[in-house]
Amino acid sequence: MRTRARLGIAAGAAAVLATVAAGYAASTRENAVVPAYTGEVDLRPGPRLLTVTDRHLAAVELDDPDGPRSVSPVECLRAYAAAGTGVCLRPTDPWSNELVVLDADLKPKRAFAIPGQPNRARVSPTGRMVAWTTFVGGDSYATGGFSTRTGILDTRTGDKVMSLEDFAVTKGGKGGKAYRNVDVNYWGVTFARDDNTFYATLGTGGKRYLVRGDWRAREVTTLKENVECPSLSPDETRIAFKEAVGGDPARGWRLSVLDLASMRVTATAETAGVDDQAAWLDDRTLAYTLRQDDGRPDIHQVPADGNGAPRLLVRGAESPSALD
Amino acid sequence: MAVVYLSTVSRSPVGKGAVVGGNVLALGTVSLITDVSSEMITAILPVYLVVGLHLSPLAFGVLDGVHTGATAVLRLAGGFVADRVRARKLVAGFGYGLSAVMKLGLLVAGRSVGALGVVIAADRLGKGLRTAPRDALISLSVPPSQLGRAFGVHRMMDSAGAFLGPLVALGVLFAAGGTSYDAVFVTSFCVAVFGVVVLVLFVREHQAVVPARSVKLAEAARLLREPRVRRLLVAAGLLGLATIGDGFVYLLLQRGSDLSVRWFPLLAVGTSLAYLLLAAPLGRLADRVGRLRVVVGGYLALAVIYLLLAGSGGGWVRLGVVLAGYGLFYAATDGVLMALAGAIMPERVRTTGLALVQTGQALAYLVSSVLFGAAWQLWGPDVAIRAAAVLALVAVAGTVALTRMGAQSGKADQ
Repeated sequence: MRTRARLGIAAGAAAVLATVAAGYAASTRENAVVPAYTGEVDLRPGPRLLTVTDRHLAAVELDDPDGPRSVSPVECLRAYAAAGTGVCLRPTDPWSNELVVLDADLKPKRAFAIPGQPNRARVSPTGRMVAWTTFVGGDSYATGGFSTRTGILDTRTGDKVMSLEDFAVTKGGKGGKAYRNVDVNYWGVTFARDDNTFYATLGTGGKRYLVRGDWRAREVTTLKENVECPSLSPDETRIAFKEAVGGDPARGWRLSVLDLASMRVTATAETAGVDDQAAWLDDRTLAYTLRQDDGRPDIHQVPADGNGAPRLLVRGAESPSALD
Repeated sequence: MAVVYLSTVSRSPVGKGAVVGGNVLALGTVSLITDVSSEMITAILPVYLVVGLHLSPLAFGVLDGVHTGATAVLRLAGGFVADRVRARKLVAGFGYGLSAVMKLGLLVAGRSVGALGVVIAADRLGKGLRTAPRDALISLSVPPSQLGRAFGVHRMMDSAGAFLGPLVALGVLFAAGGTSYDAVFVTSFCVAVFGVVVLVLFVREHQAVVPARSVKLAEAARLLREPRVRRLLVAAGLLGLATIGDGFVYLLLQRGSDLSVRWFPLLAVGTSLAYLLLAAPLGRLADRVGRLRVVVGGYLALAVIYLLLAGSGGGWVRLGVVLAGYGLFYAATDGVLMALAGAIMPERVRTTGLALVQTGQALAYLVSSVLFGAAWQLWGPDVAIRAAAVLALVAVAGTVALTRMGAQSGKADQ
């Protein structure tokens, strides 16, 4: 084959392939959905559930979750709210995300860039402390690996730690040993009412630990193994979490509750694999996100004491937080 | 798909006295196009998995990392097959084709973690399969005196693709709407297919001057008894042990420079830029002053970078020096080592030989990154990186000593 013929074939192939790529991109653009904004959403305490619906903040009445849903124009991938303070994690462009602190009227009070992809968000019961977790990494397609990065902001003082990785770690409770490792990773913070105590997951050496943290002292202590994404109950006696089945996250998670006094674990009646940081609707009930096979999220609820049965709470929504 | 096209190619005349660099430029073009395609995916994969699929990356990580051993073995097998049937282009084409198809596989796999793991492993396998035959073709396409220049030009084009890929992905996302990851996959697939088309049309298989009997496994195994080859393998492994990996280098740089984590991905782009600018000149330099000297110089630069990474401060100057130096390290070692190996490996088993060197380095690197992680845990980052610098100097000294031994036994390794 002559060079000219080969160049002709290459040019033809390039034209066909470019048409295919451009045509596909154009067709996905047409299919993009824009949600309709209806009703007003605010974060004032009341018997409502704040959710993320189609990437936007939305709220439903807790006694009528199938009723009218108010959808706001505020875009969030993850959200949480308490005592009139909201936190919203959202993209600024395909590569970057930001954290926005919202007031009760969803007006942004503070915003800053966060590294990686949004994963968890929490506000302390008083509305003062804010925590977030993102996934970072995947620096190379060939090497894969991910890690998490978790930060905390005190909205009153403006004190902010972008990564808990430098907090001192004590392993094995009181009188335990100081610990350090390059692979120390945190995720899933939950706050106590004193705005200083927090709980989180610490991942290191292939294991996952529940830690209790002291914000002002910048230190954490491990409490128990195989406890992920803790969520402290309103009465602060129990922690809801996802427990890796057989200690192996590859086998999925079981939504469970840890009693902090006895350190006893009770599995809830939810047998589907829950990969979420649960939220307490009250001292007896947990809400959490489950995904259908196509990735569509639904919010479900289940009693925290291991009895009863799970049930669907809000269809087509995720990131639940009770506003009362 | 490569198999279908290949019959047309074997008929294409190998022009006598054709431009010596023609085949190298063709292979460089294929690599450039393919790297645009694969780096597009690299740039969006984490976002896609976590935001697009709501996948738990920790679950994904479990699937990851177990394939390295299998890939190493298959890379060697692919190298041997390419030598045995003298079809380096066919094996390389199969690798490129496999990776291209896997771009669509990402679409088909959907949210299934298992299927995604298989798709990514197959993509990686394609990369493993094609590297050695491609480098063998480069080494067979130019006279031995110009190997450094040939590999320099090839690596320059390769890193240009790596530099452009993320920008193309960004362009597609802006054109098709913020979250249309599948448009990026389809574009990446089309780009990769174009790379295969260019390979099929413009890359020529090397024809042996004397048609010879086919290569036996024993002949490939005999490579390991050849003293020059053995010394090179040991040296490559030693030098591989001195590399702690991009992840750690960027992590230390980011920690020490107090750089916002948001700019983390740009560190790799900065290195690519330096690599791209320096690859061709250093390849030429290697041909002139000796390839081993340039490789040794590259690892000395690496040792200096490790020392710069210990401690903090220095601001933007340190950041720039480290990234430029790290690109220089790649430009002085990656292609030049293949040029060095290409000149030593007998032509009949050259693909196998190059696959051996690459596999040895990959395994050594795996060991060293684990060791570095352990050292960090034991002694903290500053001591660990200083230890890595010392190890790099020991590896360089070992490599020099090995070549001295070679020179004494009467054969120069140049």
